Amino acid sequence: MLYAIKIATRYLTASKAQTALLVFGVAIGVFIFIFMSALIGGLAEFIMARTAGDMAHITIQAEAVDPALLSPADAHRVLLAQEPASQTAAILKDTAAFIPLIESLPGVIGTSPQINGSGFLTRGAQVTQVSINGLEPGKESVIANLAGYITQGTANLGAGGVLLGKTLTQDMNLRLGQTVRVQSSYGIEALLTITGIYEMGSGGPDRRQAYVSLATARTLFKMPQGVTRIEIKLADLYTADALAPRIKALTGLDAKSWTEQAAQLLEALQAQAQTGYILKAFALLTIIIGVASALLLSTYRRRPEIGIMRAMGAGRWFVMVVFVSQGALIGLMGGLFGAAAGYGVLLAFPGRDSFAPGQNGLPIDIAQGAYGLAIVLTTLGAIAASILPARAAARLDPVTAIGQ
Amino acid sequence: MTALLQVQDLVKTFGSGDAETRVLRGVHLAMQTGELAALLGPSGSGKSTLLTILGTLMHPTSGQHSMLGVDLTTASDRALTEFRNQHIGFVFQFHNLLPDFTALENVVFPTAVREGRETAAARTRGQELLVRMGLAERIHFPTANLSGGQKQRVAVARALMNRPELVLADEPTGNLDRASAAQVMDLIAEINRDEGTTFLISTHDEKIAALCQRQIVVGEGLVTG
Ligand SMILES: Nc1ncnc2c1ncn2[C@@H]1O[C@H](COP(=O)(O)OP(=O)(O)OP(=O)(O)O)[C@@H](O)[C@H]1O
Ligand SMILES: [Mg+2]
Repeated sequence: MLYAIKIATRYLTASKAQTALLVFGVAIGVFIFIFMSALIGGLAEFIMARTAGDMAHITIQAEAVDPALLSPADAHRVLLAQEPASQTAAILKDTAAFIPLIESLPGVIGTSPQINGSGFLTRGAQVTQVSINGLEPGKESVIANLAGYITQGTANLGAGGVLLGKTLTQDMNLRLGQTVRVQSSYGIEALLTITGIYEMGSGGPDRRQAYVSLATARTLFKMPQGVTRIEIKLADLYTADALAPRIKALTGLDAKSWTEQAAQLLEALQAQAQTGYILKAFALLTIIIGVASALLLSTYRRRPEIGIMRAMGAGRWFVMVVFVSQGALIGLMGGLFGAAAGYGVLLAFPGRDSFAPGQNGLPIDIAQGAYGLAIVLTTLGAIAASILPARAAARLDPVTAIGQ
Repeated sequence: MTALLQVQDLVKTFGSGDAETRVLRGVHLAMQTGELAALLGPSGSGKSTLLTILGTLMHPTSGQHSMLGVDLTTASDRALTEFRNQHIGFVFQFHNLLPDFTALENVVFPTAVREGRETAAARTRGQELLVRMGLAERIHFPTANLSGGQKQRVAVARALMNRPELVLADEPTGNLDRASAAQVMDLIAEINRDEGTTFLISTHDEKIAALCQRQIVVGEGLVTG
């Protein structure tokens, strides 16, 4: 074995230019593999961070109660009981009991009990419809990192405070510290002070969202106890599908994974990953074809030598190992060079964390280069590629090979 | 002298049908240990064919072939490879050496391939053989840079490496000049005399044949002498 590897090494070093070219070709394939891994991985993380990062990973939503039908429906008219107070029956009660339970589950990093509803924001003659989010003080940044998006003031929600998006304040000409009137869909009004202005960078929340404290929301929505929704954040968002049913079993509440709502996002990410796999598979295929054809040529060129070795008592297995080792060495060297080159080039990119939308370049994650995998797959691929030529070499008839 | 090898009724045909060529048509041959024999015959008579069969590189179409009491007619490829490695040395006319290896590396190959590595003992023997072949200065030379005569002497050294009982040489001096040919033949004769190694050398050269004790002639698919 060792001796066969020595012969293989000599064969490779004997034709240096050819070997160098071959290793270079393999290295390019490996480089593409690594670059694609880092890019696809970085892109996926970037997209996830931009979208799912601010999302709740598991949501428990109070079931909406259908308004009661007051009189038998006739063809023209339907009369519904739209009594606000009765709607509060749809709330999640006993939050105090099951929130610690959920928080004790492994993988759960935080919960955010909320009261959500809609209302109007009024300042002078201006009126804008907003969705009102009541958050528990101290848990403002558990789901979306509100504190990180604050451009003025603070994310801390006190009684009588409201956080508004930057676009909304610009549209309505509002400034930090000013007072606005908020009217809920229940018709209840409150005077609130703008204690913070945030900018998430996406239109919806920046224009239509108002964050208040849970206590304020209780008043606005006539909900002395309970909440309408509990949002849960996980350490790994991909565990949501497994954890949601567990929470459901534990609490009896309808816990939904983010993937149920974000199917499109998931599909897009999967399609993107698949494109990456295809490109990587082609890179590997190119390596395999390159190595196989080069080695096939080499076995042909060395036919007389193979014949001599066989005449001297080298078995078929020995010849096989000589050529398979050449493939393995080429794959390993190409893999190492390609990985080193890939790492070097990726270092030059700004890196995913410092990458901002709208900026030139690519959201590359150097940590996702899959260097080890690239080297291992390339070596295995090159070994696989060498098996056909090696078998041809091992099966050569020594007499015709020597060609005396 | 004891019988080293024996062939009986050896037949070798190439091709089939109209293209069938009967090269050997029932050869009987026995060689004793220690012989130095020349294999003669016109071009195309089947000298190389006989040598490759005796060297276990090719199976005869029919007939018996045994050496050192071992029946080689029916042995497996693996068994033949091992037998060849231990008991038979080869010297060919062309393409004798591995060009990317030094003279010494070529010489120790038969031992290294058996032991899985180049041992110090093998290297020592290889060096001794090269010195004996008058190649003391060329031990670590890449064989691609050696002259034709030097290459053939390296090939003889390699053929002797595993102390085989039989060395088969197919026109070993065929493309050498007179002086180099004489040098190679002198070395072969010397080894035969000193160590009792059996040689069978195919040649067209009467002078070389005259140096051998025995002349075996191939003709009409049969062997005489
Ligand atoms: N593989 C083969 N297929 C078909 N015919 C072959 C094959 N090998 C040898 N022959 C034929 O067998 C005959 C004997 O060939 P061989 O090489 O043994 O002769 P030779 O005595 O060594 O000749 P030379 O002195 O020219 O080397 C020739 O007619 C040759 O064409
Ligand atoms: Mg011949």
